[in-house]
Parts: sequence; structure tokens; C-alpha cells
Amino acid sequence: MDKLSENRLETRFSDAKPLYTDSEAQIEANRCLFCYDAPCIKACPTGIDIPAFIKKIATGNIRGAAKTIFEANLLGVSTARVCPVETLCAGACVYNDYDKRPIQIGRLQRYATNRALKMEKQSGRKLFTPKKKTGKKVALIGAGPASLACAAYLTLEGVEPVLFEVGNLPGGLNTTGIAPYKLQATEALQEVEWLLQFGIGIKTGVTVGKDIQLQELLRDFDAVFIGAGLGKDKLPGIPGETGSGRWGATELITKIKTDSGFIVPDEVQQVLVIGGGNTAIDIARELAMLGVPEVNILYRRTEAEMPGYAHELESARKHGVRLQECIVPKEVEESSNGRLVLTVENKNNGKLEKFESDWLVYAIGQEKHAARLSKEIEVNDKGWIVVDEATRRTSHPKIYAGGDCINGGKEVVNAVADGREAAKAMLREWSGE
Amino acid sequence: MADLAINMCGIKSPNPFWLASGPPTNCGEQIMRAFDAGWGGAVWKTLGDPIVNVSSRLGSVDYAGNRMSGLNNIELITDRPLEANFREIYAVKKKYPDHAVIVSLMVESREEWKEIVNMSIDAGADGLELNFGCPHGMCERGMGSSVGQEPKVLEKITSWVAEASSIPVLVKLTPNVGDILDPGLAAVKGGADGLSLINTIKSIVGVDLDNFVPLPSVRNKSTNGGYCGPAVKPIALHMIAALARDPGVKIPISGIGGISTWRDAAEFIALGSTSVQVCTAVMHYGYRIVEDMIDGLSNYLDDKGMRSVNELIGKAVPNYTDWGNLDLNYKIVARINEEKCIGCQLCYIACLDGAHQCIHTRQNPCSAFHGESDHGARPRTEVKPPVMHESSAGGEHVPFIDEEECVGCNLCNLVCPVPACIEMVEQDTGKAPESWNERMSKQLGGFGG
Repeated sequence: MDKLSENRLETRFSDAKPLYTDSEAQIEANRCLFCYDAPCIKACPTGIDIPAFIKKIATGNIRGAAKTIFEANLLGVSTARVCPVETLCAGACVYNDYDKRPIQIGRLQRYATNRALKMEKQSGRKLFTPKKKTGKKVALIGAGPASLACAAYLTLEGVEPVLFEVGNLPGGLNTTGIAPYKLQATEALQEVEWLLQFGIGIKTGVTVGKDIQLQELLRDFDAVFIGAGLGKDKLPGIPGETGSGRWGATELITKIKTDSGFIVPDEVQQVLVIGGGNTAIDIARELAMLGVPEVNILYRRTEAEMPGYAHELESARKHGVRLQECIVPKEVEESSNGRLVLTVENKNNGKLEKFESDWLVYAIGQEKHAARLSKEIEVNDKGWIVVDEATRRTSHPKIYAGGDCINGGKEVVNAVADGREAAKAMLREWSGE
Repeated sequence: MADLAINMCGIKSPNPFWLASGPPTNCGEQIMRAFDAGWGGAVWKTLGDPIVNVSSRLGSVDYAGNRMSGLNNIELITDRPLEANFREIYAVKKKYPDHAVIVSLMVESREEWKEIVNMSIDAGADGLELNFGCPHGMCERGMGSSVGQEPKVLEKITSWVAEASSIPVLVKLTPNVGDILDPGLAAVKGGADGLSLINTIKSIVGVDLDNFVPLPSVRNKSTNGGYCGPAVKPIALHMIAALARDPGVKIPISGIGGISTWRDAAEFIALGSTSVQVCTAVMHYGYRIVEDMIDGLSNYLDDKGMRSVNELIGKAVPNYTDWGNLDLNYKIVARINEEKCIGCQLCYIACLDGAHQCIHTRQNPCSAFHGESDHGARPRTEVKPPVMHESSAGGEHVPFIDEEECVGCNLCNLVCPVPACIEMVEQDTGKAPESWNERMSKQLGGFGG
């Protein structure tokens, strides 16, 4: 595994929601009504017993609070930071109907997990101890949240999992993709390290299908879990789309987060981001925060139709990002002074317009590469691996899958839920239940 | 604007708000600032043979993030020389002739009492308050609550003071007794002009769980202290009301115990207090709180059409009665306002586990009784969820009440976080009022006849 250099662009970002102090956590925890049959639990894809862990923070039982979180979601550290709580748990908080600020559940979860892991380190008293080994082995393709959740859950149940990661860094999008004002790569890797110490094996720089065959995994392991995420950034398919100054959004985000010495040069004064999802909003905001004076998101439909979250767009706008609606890119040219000229169709009036920029960023989705793994695995027309809803089992009886490769790109917390449910299904299968 | 001035057994005060004997009345400089802030009177920190205090004296009960819901102290009476105290009393009275200065006293022998009474009168005090209540430290030396717990001793000392004093004498009672009437009536018998209560409740406020020492810790040891603050208010209200309604108590009462706001004060006055004394709330927020107490009480009296605070004194006493006189045929039931309900279901779980299983949810219409885990219980009535309005804030999470089964206990109303969301509504039972005592006397009559 690679070590991250200190010299990463993402380290210039500060925390949008800093770690609570003890007293801040106490005050916020005491605001919680401790609802019965609480809507926040139902809104959580991993079903964390949120009122229970918040009550435990309020009583000073921090270890218990963290265990309540981890028992439902072993990636409680990162999900506390990266979950869109505004649309999940906090969005369901009953205070929203009472004209009160909803409980800051993400920040309380971060506080509890952070403090408990610190205490674990200091005391040496482990939060979790894996059960005796059962002899079962599972291979996991990809080392992102879905695979990590699945592997960690399995390890605690005595299974020996091995992660096969194509890149040099584990953690998936937590390491390479999450906006740095939410979670930085170093912090993501600390969580991975904590999970690996349960007894998870990992091989990085390994491509399944090239360095090792899926058939070998099926032969050597009792089950295979595919948590391979998504592939490269898609291109719009227009003339002149590649060349200098033209980036894929996740490619650029990864550079900001993990590359040593990568910078956005001062000459970059104008950037156009093409897309309307959360990745488009993220990269636009990151570039604006890094000092690019003019960042415009070009979206082919209207704001109301954007798949990106409204609260994220609002935050991006506060950093100066602007949105242009109903703009469809048609062609990229280079001007004589080396700048990019993007010809677009304005769908409002059907006219062609030209936008100049220094950089052009494509955030229109990623390739679905997991489909290439095996012909035996059924894939839908969108390129997503088809799984049974309850077990996350694919059409192949020994292969399970979860995360972005089965849903086209949802939240980290959905991937965690997939990994856990797949692990449970494997255990049920082996115990003959 | 209503007249707030009072005359409590000859002690006149521009308003009923007095500072209770304690740290806020330790010296003249403090009391002058308090009078400037608006306090009508002050009971001077107890004078006696000056003592030595320990360091670390207070501990508090914090509840769900609220500081000092209850306060406990192990501080003793004044640690300043008597001469200094009397000099300051004289100065305060000279500067504030219309404010009430009552001197709290605690000594042992008849001679000492006589002497300190005279010194207080000479200093210009408007009244005396005999501290028969302190439940820590002083009681180990035969004073404070050890007097208050012995009606005969209390009566005797009261009579010594009453005989020696030309100014009104209040006896301050300890709540650390089985029945407050015993020391209360003893004080009346001894010749007290008024009663003050409650003093603090004997208590241990907490334990340091790292060092296993009760709190507050004095070099890893502690002792029981006196408990006061908002948490003790109900205990004080009961004791005051018990004395106020007793025909043997015809002297006025100064109410003490957890008073923090004008509302608290109004309740104490309605249950029979003429003046009210405040300590913990001032220790928490300072003398400035009296501004709202005066303003709020005055507005309240105006709203109620009362021209003087004297009209409020004891107004709720006739409605304090024995349980046996309560109407058994009065029925109220809970009603949830679904437009206000936010769906927290605290009422549901409180009723299910802590009351009478009369609230149901749409998710679990008969949740207390479903299937295998019913522990023998069976549905008493089958209740169908009512049709919901779209305006409901809590949506499908709004619970509903089985009005047939609801006993009207108030618990749901008390746990509901939304004001006026759950109302208790009176039901017509069609039965004439009947108390337990009436029912029993009818039966006795029946048997006899």
C-alpha cells in the first residue's frame, strides 16, 4: 500500500463541520427527544439506533455510543462525515416539523466514534474482538466501503476475508473521492487501518481478470464479493473532448486528494464543469474554494431536475459557483492563446453559444466496468450488476455484490449496508439457516 | 399597577421578594446592591459565634444539560465578626429605611440569645429569623436543624427570643421532619410572629465515581449538606400549604424553596406565603432576576384584576384538600392535536410502559397485546385508528388514544415536547360528584341504617 504525502492539495481545506468538543456534544445530545420508533433510524440505510447512541453520549457512555453505531455500521467513522444527513437521518428528525434545527446526527456520530477509538487506543481495550476462525474464506474485489464493510463484518464472525484492490490505496471513494472539507484521504485511511486490524487481508495493485482470474478466486474462496465501484469518468462524446485542460471529475478530485504536489495553476481563472450530479457540484465547489475565480456548472436540464442535492448546490453557490441551466456541450476547440472554447446549445432558445475557459471538467457519470468481470453475472441495461435485494447475491450462487456497481453510484452508507447484508447472507448460507 | 407592598407581622417591605439568608446576604455591600436591583427585603446571613468554613462547599444536580436544577451546600453560618455584621446592618438600614432587613440568628444559651437579639435590635433590624433549620455542621453542635427537629426545644428557645425581642420574630423551619405541623405549631406556641420555610433538605448531592468520594469533596472526604434550588420547590409548596391550611397556624408565612421566577413566587403566595425568599436563583444568575419577578408578578396581578398582592395570599389554600375529598366521578381523557403532533411517539411509549396502555400507533394499533409476547394481556378494546388529516406534521407517526381506556393520568401530556399538542379534555360521565369519603360515609350509613 502507498503512503500519502503531506504535500496534497486537499490539506488546504478545513473541516466544514469540525469535531464537537465534549460540551458541544453534550448540549446537542441533550436536545434529542429520544423518539420512540424514531424516523431517523428508518431513514438510515444501515439502521443505526440513533436515539440510543445519542442518549449514551448524553449520559457520558461514549464507548457504548460508539458500539451502538458500529454494530449497525462498521464504517461509522467515515459515514459520520460523508453521509448526506440532510436528506437521510437529520432530514427525518421530528424537529423539522417543529421549526427547530434538526439534531446534528452526523456530528454526534463523529464525536462518539472519534472519542471511542481514541479511548480504545489509549486503553488497549478493544471495541470488537473477532470470533474464533470458522475456516471460511471470502475474496472481495475492490477495497471501498462495500467490500470493507462486508470483510469487517465477516472477520468479526470468524471468516477470513482478502481484499483485492486494483489501485494502490484502499478505502475506495472515501480515500479518493470525498470532498476534502468533509473527509480527507489520511482520515479515510486511518479508518481502513482500524478495520484491517480485525484480521482482513489485502492485496493492492491487483486487477482481477488480469493479475488473477475470477475463476481462481471462486476456486480458492468460499464466496466472492464484488465491490468494484465504478470505472473511469465518462466523456460527452463531442469533438475535441480530450486534450490538455480537459479532465474527468473523479480523476481531478483524486489528484486533489491524493497526488503529491498537484496544484491548480494560477493561470486557471475560469473552469466549466459539465454535469448536474453531486460529483459536478463537489468539484465545482472544490475548485472555487481553491481560488479559481469563476466556476460554472453547465447542466443540460433545469435546476429542479438536477440529481445533485439542493443543500450541496446551495453550499457551492456560497463559495461562488454558478449554475447555467439547459446547456448542452457540442464541441471543444483550442483558441490561439491556448484557452478552450466550448460550443454549446442553449436549449432555452435553441441557439449555439460559445464559452471560453481554462479548464473543462466532465462530471457526467462513470463507466460500469464491473460488468466485464464475468459473463456469468447478470447485468441490467444500465450496466449495474443485478442482485437479490435481501441477500445481495448475484445470478452466480457464490458471488455477491454491493455498492456503486449495483446501484450506479449512491452513498457510502448504502455501500456499507450492502456489504453487511451480503456478509449476513453468506453466514446464513453456510449455517444452513 | 397592582400594589406589591406587604406587611408581614409588622415587617414592611415594598414588595414580597426577599433574599433568603445565605451567600447573597453575606455583607452590607451585597445587600445594598440587591436593594438597588429591586429586592424588597433581605434576611442577613445567619449571625452567631463566627465559624470556620471548609473549602469546596457546593455541589449541584445538573439534569439533561441544565445546570443547578438542585444545589447542595456545606457552608456554615457567618464567618465574619459580629461587630462588622452589625455595623453593616446599621449602615444598610440607614440608607434603605423602607426596605426590610431581617437578621437570621443562631446561638445556644438563653443568655447568648438575649444578647444577640438586643444587638440586632440596636443595629436597626426590622425582624429576626431564628435559624432552626440548618441540616449540616451546625446541627452537630446542637443548633440548627437539631433544634427544628425537637418541637419542645424549638418552642422553648422561641419563647426566650419572643420574650426578649421588641421586633417581629420569624422561626425558620427545617423540612427534615416527619410532619411539618409539629415544629410549626411548636413555634406558634412559643410565640413566633411568623414562620419561614423551608430550610435546606439534608442531602448528599453526588459521588465522584473516579475517587469514590461523595460530593462536594474536601480532601477526599465529604459530609451531608443542605439541598435547595428548583428541585425542592414541590416539597416546600406542600409544607407551606400544610401549615397555611391548619387552623392552629394564624401567623404569616415566608415561603422559601426553589423560587426562581415570578411564577414560582405567585404559586408560593397562592398557597399561603406573605413574603417569598430567594437564594439559589440569585446564586445562579445574580440580583438582576428580581426585575422580572416584580414586573411579571405585577402584570399577573393586573391580569387577574387584583389590586394588591395581598389579595393573592392563600388564594389556592382552600382548594388543597385530602385525597378522600376528591371527586371520583370526574373524568378527563387525553386528546392529541394531530396538526401539532411531530410524531416523536414519546406519549405512546410512556403510556405503554409507564401508564395504562391506552395510546396506540398506526404501525401497531394494538401494540401492547400483539401475538406471542403478550405476557397474558389481552386487548381490552379493539381500537381502529381514526382517519388522519393531511395537515398532520407528524404524518403517519401521529399516535391515537383509546378514550374508553384512558384514565386521564396526564403522563402523555407531561412527556409531550410540543406545547398544547396533547390536551386533557373533560368527559361527561353523567354521574354526580362523589368523593371517597362520601362513598364511605354512605356505606357506613347503609350498614348503620
